[in-house]
Amino acid sequence: MKFAVIVFPGSNCDLDMYHAIKDELGEEAEYVWHDSTDLSNYDGILLPGGFSYGDYLRCGAIAQTSAIMTEVKKAAEAGKPVLGVCNGFQILTEAGLLPGVLLRNKNLKFMCHTVGLKVENTNTLFTNQYTAGQEIRIPIAHGEGNYYCDDETYEKLKANDQIVFTYEDDFNGSRNNIAGIINEQGNVLGMMPHPERAVSDLIGGSDGLGLFRSIIKQWRESHVTHA
Amino acid sequence: MKKVKIYVTLRESVLDPQGSAVMGSLHKMGYGQVEDVRIGKYLELMIADGEKDVDALVNEMCHRLLTNTVIEDYRFEIEEAVSQ
Repeated sequence: MKFAVIVFPGSNCDLDMYHAIKDELGEEAEYVWHDSTDLSNYDGILLPGGFSYGDYLRCGAIAQTSAIMTEVKKAAEAGKPVLGVCNGFQILTEAGLLPGVLLRNKNLKFMCHTVGLKVENTNTLFTNQYTAGQEIRIPIAHGEGNYYCDDETYEKLKANDQIVFTYEDDFNGSRNNIAGIINEQGNVLGMMPHPERAVSDLIGGSDGLGLFRSIIKQWRESHVTHA
Repeated sequence: MKKVKIYVTLRESVLDPQGSAVMGSLHKMGYGQVEDVRIGKYLELMIADGEKDVDALVNEMCHRLLTNTVIEDYRFEIEEAVSQ
């Protein structure tokens, strides 16, 4: 499976994402610069964390206007898996691919530590390798991870099982401890914690591997059936 | 040439932790009368005269980039300006 790691000016988790795919999962990965206009060669799209455009205006707001985002939207419409982590999640909400928005953490601090997450929905192409209600430990590193949406949107997220990960503790103010959500079609996931930083026990944990393995498993199965 | 002044504020339903922190400081300084602080943004745009109506143009730009209407409200004023 071939992944595109989208690189914006100010992305800084692109190398970790590439490493996770290439070295830990043994799949193909390529960096794709933000002004590219073609993603047709890739099976999965990864939007890494960082501070694209210095978080100017609002986090993710300027990256959302990049040429590559038109292609990311096309890929999402075509049903390809699209994963946005941290700043990638912020970009996906600004682009309108996911509902809601990420606000400043309620304590106004940049927070960087490993947190406990609950897998709320294992029936997605991103989480089929986890068990329902499984608790996993994944690092976070953000100043603006406080997920906000209005009541109507929240009810919709709940009714459609779009809440994929929740935090075990409320440390940033996120609505109902939301850490990650998918779109209605189920192929676009945004999450603040960094699964690409949890792919080896040598560096503190491998609970993030399940997420990437889920994507790959789903892709393999659908492509073998169609072959 | 038009000078456009845009005021962006957080919607009332959205908590403003920065505003709360500033209010806490004001209270500590003795300004107990302050009951609420909300922090927003101010943008100034110089827009050349063209075919498109400036009012419509500013609304479009606010929706597409300058504000996020999920959490923010905006209002703006348009003034005549002399190009430098």
